[in-house]
Amino acid sequence: MRPRIELHERDAIVVGGGGAGLAAAGYLAKHQNLQTAVISKLYPTRSHTGTAQGGIGASLGNIDPEGDSWEWHMFDTVKGGDYLADQDGVEVLCREAVEMVYELEHMGLPFSRTPDGRIAQRRFGGHTRDFGEAPVRRSCYAADRTGHMILQTFYQQCIKHNVEFYDEYLAVDVIMDGGRCRGVLALEIHSGDLHLFHAKAVLFATGGFGRMFEITSNAVTLTGDGPALLWRRGVPLQDMEFFQFHPTGIYKLGILITEGVRGEGGVLRNNEGERFMERYAPNMKDLASRDVVARAIHSELRAGRGIDGKGYVNLDATNLGAEIIEKRLPDIADFTRTYLGIDPVTVPIPVQPTAHYAMGGIPTDLHGRVLLDAKGSVAEGLYAAGECACVSVHGANRLGTNSLLDLVVFGRRAGLHMAQYAAGADIGDLPPEPEAEAAALLSRIRNNNKGGGERAATIRDEMQAIMTKDVSVFRTAEQLGEARAKISELRVRYKDVRIDDKGKIFNLDLMEAFELGCLLDCAHATVSSAENRTESRGAHYREDYPDRDDNEWLKHTLAYLKADDRVEFDYKPVSITRFEPKERVY
Amino acid sequence: MKVRFDIKRYNPEVDEHPHFEKYDVELEETDRVLDGLNEIRWRIDGTFALRRSCEHGICGSDAMRINGTNRLACKTLIKDVGEDVRVEPLIGFPVVKDLVVDQERFFAHYRSVLPFLINDEPPPARERLQSPKERARFDDTTKCILCGACTTACPSAWADEKFVGPAAIVQAHRFIFDSRDRGSAERLARLSGRNGAWGCRTIFNCTRACPRGIEVTKAIAEVKRSLIMGSSEERSS
Repeated sequence: MRPRIELHERDAIVVGGGGAGLAAAGYLAKHQNLQTAVISKLYPTRSHTGTAQGGIGASLGNIDPEGDSWEWHMFDTVKGGDYLADQDGVEVLCREAVEMVYELEHMGLPFSRTPDGRIAQRRFGGHTRDFGEAPVRRSCYAADRTGHMILQTFYQQCIKHNVEFYDEYLAVDVIMDGGRCRGVLALEIHSGDLHLFHAKAVLFATGGFGRMFEITSNAVTLTGDGPALLWRRGVPLQDMEFFQFHPTGIYKLGILITEGVRGEGGVLRNNEGERFMERYAPNMKDLASRDVVARAIHSELRAGRGIDGKGYVNLDATNLGAEIIEKRLPDIADFTRTYLGIDPVTVPIPVQPTAHYAMGGIPTDLHGRVLLDAKGSVAEGLYAAGECACVSVHGANRLGTNSLLDLVVFGRRAGLHMAQYAAGADIGDLPPEPEAEAAALLSRIRNNNKGGGERAATIRDEMQAIMTKDVSVFRTAEQLGEARAKISELRVRYKDVRIDDKGKIFNLDLMEAFELGCLLDCAHATVSSAENRTESRGAHYREDYPDRDDNEWLKHTLAYLKADDRVEFDYKPVSITRFEPKERVY
Repeated sequence: MKVRFDIKRYNPEVDEHPHFEKYDVELEETDRVLDGLNEIRWRIDGTFALRRSCEHGICGSDAMRINGTNRLACKTLIKDVGEDVRVEPLIGFPVVKDLVVDQERFFAHYRSVLPFLINDEPPPARERLQSPKERARFDDTTKCILCGACTTACPSAWADEKFVGPAAIVQAHRFIFDSRDRGSAERLARLSGRNGAWGCRTIFNCTRACPRGIEVTKAIAEVKRSLIMGSSEERSS
């Protein structure tokens, strides 16, 4: 039986209602002759951009007497990324940061303020003045709710500009015809019906995939849908071996505790009360880049210096005082009081590294156009922005405050380019039976009544456990080989996944089983790419190859999914315009 | 510890009427109610539906009635509610399935108060200036996550679908008291009738229900005062 399917025609479709998607939609909506719609599997205000805390980086220089400059910001970002970031992209990121932050303020974003009424700024890991000289106050913040304010502000702008929303629609396939994008297929969660959005241009802004891991700061909905759908259609995934572990997640829960706590003066301590970062990063100490701090914490834990012999260290903010904590870090105080029953004003916070951010993802150019190969062939009409994309401006390790910046800068650039493209392009014909494959997949999951099938939760638990155990802060060939075998096994078992809910209306069981398939794709690409890269760089640390190897590995990985479930690799060079690779010391 | 959940279930595809179902789940007292609901969905009964995303009280997806009170399931620990947990959908919206309610009306009311900065003056090259005191004036209402806990705890909203409800007034407050905004007159005009701020009977259910600790009733009172006195006087006070 063919499923009921509704057809829509639009000039531009945005998939995902987080920061990048709403930024793009806001700029698209200013072109009133273009029909734009956003489809999102959540109400847009539920998106994970809202949980970003500490700030958005821009060299406004509002606080420090030495001022600030985009060149310093660019240097810090390149160095933070262990020289793998494309410097042409980083230059765009850091130059446009300043005007974008002012534009956000003009849109109404309620930044915290300095006494003279300017946007308040604070220190953050890896951000310095004079090319690494000393910490600089560059993070523009709204208390510890900066992401919430950005998401709300973009949503408000979308309401103002009458953007059309399809809320609670799950994208289940991208419609490609040769190298051109023709639209996207989505499942209306409320009704269970399929909708085909035939469009000239489609932007994927679906966010990250931290739910590959057991301990993560990511929402349960961050399942890598965009990267997985495109990977299945032949688009490579870039630099998937680089996944950031944020140093300070709440012990066992993984809930993020912003780097802003350290930016305001908080320090990490081991079971001896020692401020151990002084040993690992003598200059920047607790404000070294995240990969450096996460490795230091793991090293302390391995040396038996976790608190009470357990798997955490303390984040000590007791020197900040009640006023700083209540005014600048109120949500952090709320989280620790709610989930730990402790007051950060007087008691240190137990923390462990938590899977946080994908540096890798869908390869794009500086306008968000998806790239199909190492030569830079563009997939016409297909765009990606935000965490699901890889421009690459973060290289091997992202600096704090640069994710909000990335989605704002490249969300806008993608939106502007899509508008220009859609205005001049024909809509083109749909390929025959564009819904067939996704409909078959959903039907297979829904109608599997085999006794041997497993619940999605069982497979997901095993995936998260092996990823957290073997594809974490420290990695070896042996661990990665084991993880690869396990993920392959889970991919086979997934083909027989079984769900309880056979209905159509709000079938969360079906949705989660579908999302697990996306996560398994991301895990497959991540593990294979990590095993393939025999060097240590940024967040990818190989104990069996502890050094960075610029001769062999100063290049981006492109991972392709092949028919027999094999992953094939290609590489592309790094854009180096201003800063030659140097040894990285904090 | 064993926790007994008593959950209001309704699937329009099979049920004529809503009914309660009981599930026993092994949990720690520091676990979230949401952890228990997930255990049920993942290991006992996959047909059970709810909304959830960030799991730490920021996204606003999982507002529901827990032991008779509107709360976020991810911000309520087992030790806060005990071993018997009764879970129901929010009151006042049509139920789509189980704990999932149709929030279209909620968002329509939200959109009706013009929830965006209105200021057509050409902006400066840099940021507009705003003193910390001016910024603090509307800080409380910037925290709103649109979870709907307040509006669905409000008897006035239950009684009258046309009443915009506390959440929409909170969103209006966020702009009315923002020194950069120039749209107060238009916004206040929309809130001047009994479907606006005067629909509020000062019952304080909204304030008690807010998982973000926003003083919702106070914010509504400030909007009412602006309606009487004019927004500019109120803002400068």
